[in-house]
Order: sequence, then structure tokens, then C-alpha cells
Amino acid sequence: MEPQLSWYLALSAVLFTIGVTGVIIKRNVIAMFMCIELMLNAVNLTFVAFASFFQDVTGQLFVFIVMTVAAAEAAVGLGIIIAIFRNRESLDVDEASILKL
Amino acid sequence: MLTLLFILFGALAIGCALAMVAQRNPLYSAISLIGVFISLACLYVMLAAPFIAAVQVIVYAGAIMVLVVFVIMLLNVEEEERSPRRLKFLVPLAVGLAAILVAEVTFILVTVQEFRVTPATGAGDVGITHSIGSALFTQYLLPFEITSILLLMAIVGAMTLARRSRKGD
Repeated sequence: MEPQLSWYLALSAVLFTIGVTGVIIKRNVIAMFMCIELMLNAVNLTFVAFASFFQDVTGQLFVFIVMTVAAAEAAVGLGIIIAIFRNRESLDVDEASILKL
Repeated sequence: MLTLLFILFGALAIGCALAMVAQRNPLYSAISLIGVFISLACLYVMLAAPFIAAVQVIVYAGAIMVLVVFVIMLLNVEEEERSPRRLKFLVPLAVGLAAILVAEVTFILVTVQEFRVTPATGAGDVGITHSIGSALFTQYLLPFEITSILLLMAIVGAMTLARRSRKGD
């Protein structure tokens, strides 16, 4: 029996769930950042699965663009993390409850 | 054969993701996340998307995770201490959301199963670099250009944020 489309969708949903749970329960801002990356990857898996099963290249182009956005997000997000750490000496998100640096 | 590979890499991805959430040391979380990326790249190869698989390994497991590990080591992050958390409702909320999403997964497995589509195994030229490139530079040129502007903004923004501010600013 070949892997079905629904298997890939289910795997992607499980990964996305783990990512959501991680964002909610983690307190280290870098760990939350990595959970967001995991959620982006779960969605990418859905795109690639649909592109492959429907023989349409559009899904893979979306994955390409999502990866670029993730790279930009990594650069800006890590810059914000460094700025927070420099001002508060902590990476705990509970400490950083004020938007002002 | 493909089913065995799917189970292997899917279990590897889920296991690494769980390990990532369960770890308290951010560096171990990063290593587990690299495991997730690699197993997802293997799944992309099974889905006849070799270009995306290569980009996944190069961009995600290479560039982004190197950046994350670099920041973790630069900031010398200690393990999360077990201080009482301020928002106590978050853990039950997380469990509830996870239950809802697992219910959605079972819904997908029950409903989409009847939705028969022929799997693409090797046949066709969807995943190869040529078709992706020609579509990217003809039909989807505008998103491509917008993405390049986004990258430029990210460069400028990261420099502005991470710069050490001068005295008197």
C-alpha cells in the first residue's frame, strides 16, 4: 500500500500541533522561535504533498517563498532576541512583558 | 517499501519534534529541530520534490539553524529554571488546543481517505529544478520580486536591531 495523501496531511497536522503546544508552554524565547520554525515546516509538508499528488508545481513555489520568509524572519527575530537579551539579561518571555526596551 | 520509509521518517520527525519541545536546554532543542528538518527533506524526496529537499537541507538545516545555534552560543543561554510561571492557564490551554488539533487529524484521516488521487512517483516533471525555475520566473515573477524586497528589508531591519546603540541616542 502506497502512502496516501491523508497520511502526509495527518503527519503535518501532528507536527503543527507539537509546534503550537511548544509556543504556548515554552518560556525561553529562542525555544519559542524554533517552535514557530517547526510550524512553518509542517505547512511546507502540506504544500509539497498537495503539489506532488495533484501534479501541480505551484505548491512547491509556495514552499520556496515560505522558506525565504522564514530566513528573513530568522534574521529579524534573532536580532530582536539579541536586543531583548542586551536590555534585560534574560530570555524569559515572562520577564519581557513590556514592549518598551 | 515507500510505506516503510514513510513510517520511518514520519516517526523520526515526530520523535525529534517531541524531543525539541521536551528539552530544557535550547541547544539540544536546536539539534532535535535539525533532525526534524532532515527527516522532512527525506519525505520531500519521497514526494518527488528533490529541489525542495535540497533547499530544505541547505537553507533550513544549514543557514537558519546555524544562525540559531550561533545566537544560542553567543548569548550563553542557561537551562530554563523551574521558577513558577506567571500565566498559569497556559498549560491547560495547550492541552486543550492539542486535543482539538488531534481531533482534526482524525477527521482528515477519515474524510480525505475517500478522496482518491493518484500518487506521483517519479513520473512527470513537477519537482525538478527546470519546471520550478520556469514557473518562478514567468508566472510567479511578482511574488519572487516581492520576496527579494522582503529580504532587503530583513537585512536592514536586522542590522538596525542588533546594532549597539551609541551613547546619547
